[in-house]
This record gives sequence, C-alpha cells and structure tokens, in this order.
Amino acid sequence: MRAVRYWSVSHAGAMQRVYQALERLLIMIDPLLRKLGYQHLEAPFAAVERVLKGWFFDCRMCGHCVLQSTGMSCPMNCPKQLRNGPCGGVRADGSCELDPAMRCVWVEAVRGAARLPGERIQVIQAPLDHSLVGRSAWLRELRLRTAP
Amino acid sequence: MRFDDEPIEPGDPLPILPGHHSAGRFERLLRAGVFTITAELSPPDSANAEDVYARARIFDGYVDGINATDGSGANCHMSSSGVCALLTRAGYAPVMQISCRDRNRIAIQGDVLGAAAMGVNNLLCLTGDGVAVGDHPGAKPVFDLDAIALLNIVRTMREQACFESGRALTTPPKVFLGSAANPFVPPLDFQVARLAKKARAGAEFVQTQYCFDVSLLERFMQQVRDEGLDKRLFILVGIGPLASARAAEWMRTHVPGVRIPDAVIDRLRRARGKGAAKAEGKRICIDILERVREIPGVCGVHLMAYRQEEAVAEIIDRSRALDGRIPWYPGRDRHSRPAREVDSPTELPEEMLA
Ligand code: SF4
Repeated sequence: MRAVRYWSVSHAGAMQRVYQALERLLIMIDPLLRKLGYQHLEAPFAAVERVLKGWFFDCRMCGHCVLQSTGMSCPMNCPKQLRNGPCGGVRADGSCELDPAMRCVWVEAVRGAARLPGERIQVIQAPLDHSLVGRSAWLRELRLRTAP
Repeated sequence: MRFDDEPIEPGDPLPILPGHHSAGRFERLLRAGVFTITAELSPPDSANAEDVYARARIFDGYVDGINATDGSGANCHMSSSGVCALLTRAGYAPVMQISCRDRNRIAIQGDVLGAAAMGVNNLLCLTGDGVAVGDHPGAKPVFDLDAIALLNIVRTMREQACFESGRALTTPPKVFLGSAANPFVPPLDFQVARLAKKARAGAEFVQTQYCFDVSLLERFMQQVRDEGLDKRLFILVGIGPLASARAAEWMRTHVPGVRIPDAVIDRLRRARGKGAAKAEGKRICIDILERVREIPGVCGVHLMAYRQEEAVAEIIDRSRALDGRIPWYPGRDRHSRPAREVDSPTELPEEMLA
C-alpha cells in the first residue's frame, strides 16, 4: 500500500533500527539455523519476508535487499526498477514520469536517506542478479556475513 | 581547428594521446579546453542510408559530434548502432546513445564492442524513457541495467578488459564515456550527488536535458563547482529552439523531464506575425547559449533541434559559439591537404616525381 510505504520512509530511522536489530538476532542464532540447514529455511524465510516487507515497503522480492541504501524506499517499485538514483523524467511535483499518481521512489529515497546516518545512498549498486528474484534476501545476507 | 596528427582517411582514428581514452576528435577538443558543440540527429524511419547522411550534412562545419539517439522518447526509429555505422564510415564523430530500456546486459555489451570496432569513440549511457510515453506502449520494458550500472560495466570493459561476467576481452573498447544529467527536475538538491555518482561510475562527460531556466542551471553549476565535479567531468548543456508557444506547451507536458518556465512561453506568445514565433524561439535559444557559455564549468552545448535541424547553423553562427573555428566534416580538408591538392602529376614538385 502506498500510504504505508510513504509512512515507512518517513520513519526510515526507526525502520533501519528494527532491521539492524533483526540482523543481530539472526547472526546470534546462526549456528542453530545452520544446523537446521539453510536450504530448508529458504521457503519459510521468503514467505515471512514477502508478508512483512510487502506490507511495509511494497517489497517485490528482488532477493537482494538495498533498502538501507535507498532511505527504506524500495527501488523495485520504480517502473524502471532503477537501483542507483532517479531517472531524468521525474515530474516537477516529484511524482513519477510513468505513474503520475505515485511519488517517484527516488524522491522518496532521498527523503528517507536524509533520516539515516551515513551516505549509503551514494554506493554504486551492481545490476540486479535476476537469479535471486523471489528468494530470501535476509538469508542470503546472513550467509554472506557468516560465511567462514 | 586541425590537429597536426590528422589521419589521411576520414574514417581512420586519431592517435590516442596519453591520458585520453579514445581516438576521437570530441575528446581531443574537450581536453584542449575548446568550447565544444554537439547536435542530435533525428534518426529516420527508413532503411535508406542517404536519409542519415542528408541529416548529418545539415550540421557540416558546425558541430564536433553528432548524437545518434537510441529510441528516444521510446519511439521506434533506425537504431543508434545503425546510424553510427553509417556515420563512422564517412568519418563523422558520433556520440552513440545507449539506452537500458530495450536490451539487457548481454545485448548491450555486445553492442559496445561492435560500436568500438566500427570506430565509435563516444558512448552516452542512458537509462531511457519508459515505454509508456512512446509509440509502442505495449512493449516489454527491459531495464536490466540503469545508466550508472551501465557506465560502470563499460568502464570495466575498457579498463579491466572483461565483461560484467568477468570473462576476458582480447581488445577492450577504447571509448570516451558520457551520461545525461537533468538539473531541472526533483529531487533538485540530489542531482549533483547523482552526477557525482555517475562520475564515480565512469562518466567523463555529460550532456544535460534541455535548459530553458538558466538560473536553475547556475545554481546547479555552483553546486557542481563546490563539489569539484567541474574538474572531473566535461559538461555540455542541452539547448534547442522552440517552434511556437504551442509546441513549447506540448513539450513540457509530453516530454519527460523537460521544464519550460512560463516566462519563456509568454515570450513566444507575444511574437506575432508569420514566422515571428519561430524567430523568437531561435533568439531565446541564442540568449540561453550566450548565458550558459559564461557559466564557469560549462564546456560546450548540445543542440537538440527536433524538426528544426536547419536552425542549428544559424544559432551557432549568430551566437559565435565557434569563435571562427570550423569543426571537421567530410571534405573539410580536401583543399588544404597536400595529398589531395594536386590533381595532375605534372604539378608535383620534381623530387616527389622521382
Ligand atoms: S520518475 Fe522515479 S519512480 Fe518514476 S521511473 Fe523515474 S526514477 Fe523511477
């Protein structure tokens, strides 16, 4: 829902803290998750993410979450799915070139990023790996972080 | 302006100077600090090469680079690689536009290699307009990459000699890399940050969207200088003549990202009589050109005169943007080049006849 999505950007700071707490929790219980076997966790993790991130961010399950670099505004809601900044077509009132009823996700991202510490919005994002679409981004991140 | 290492054949590359990336005239001029002019060629809806050459000839002696658009406005025309193939054959210096809308990374990287092999020295990496604004709204939008990811990939191809996948290239593409900037739309204060990101991703020059609001550009350029970006990027400002108040109204409502202040439209509206609006449109364009030229950090202008291509020469002449210089075009040096000067061998000096 767009209203919830905009709300999440307005509360980007709190959202990021929740995200980081979740990250710490997952890293803590990683030995247990590892024992259960990541491959068995893929489906339940993805299902939870789909619901939660879907509700708060209109998440599209790209499988490679960059919310913390985009002011908690999901870039996959951009009709061009731009992950590195706005296109040149943003309307004068800040709405999207292709969907005038929607605020440009990057105008939102800039608004959200102003509420977050650091300059993560400046990071150059690699093009999306389409083989990850639909998979759990949290699990992937966890595996990358705890990889020996 | 002539370089002393000009090749004999028009299509041949210039030597790549130390610190330069390409064998092109366009990069040479910018790096020499010359006020540089590019123009957009509107690609034909035909399969006739002569249509491309006729459109290029209009700019002969006036521009340093010709932009070959890639389905701009999401409308279908002859492809930018097709146009560039023709232009490079004649020796022109095209700026090949690559949009991410219609092709994925496999197709685009292949096109980059092909273009460089044909002698294209300048690439302009764009995100592209959405399909909804064009003549094929039912087309599948690709957007596998965005402009910044594309810049990064082409720079990697050039410098690390490999594809995005990491697979090696035997000869990397020696291209000068550019992108677009739009200082006139929200998020205004983020536009400089976005430009900085493009510079970090590999952009060496930028061509901006149409500038009709010079004060906004001045503000943007101030921020550009504060960030030191004018030292890292060559900035060419997009300008163009408006044909009438109605055309201007249409443009600002239908062309994504174009901002035209009311004052400009009023000026056009006040022009009465046959051809008066068109003349006023050119005058506005000349005024803007003269003003942007004074802004520190502006290295040139990019003329977009859609359906008014013949106005380009007049605008450049009247604004004296070239300072008396004649940009290269096929045949420019024909009369001054020693190899071509003499038609009959009897006129050759004796030692050359030996
Ligand atoms: S205006 Fe914003 S949301 Fe719309 S296509 Fe451009 S970047 Fe994406």
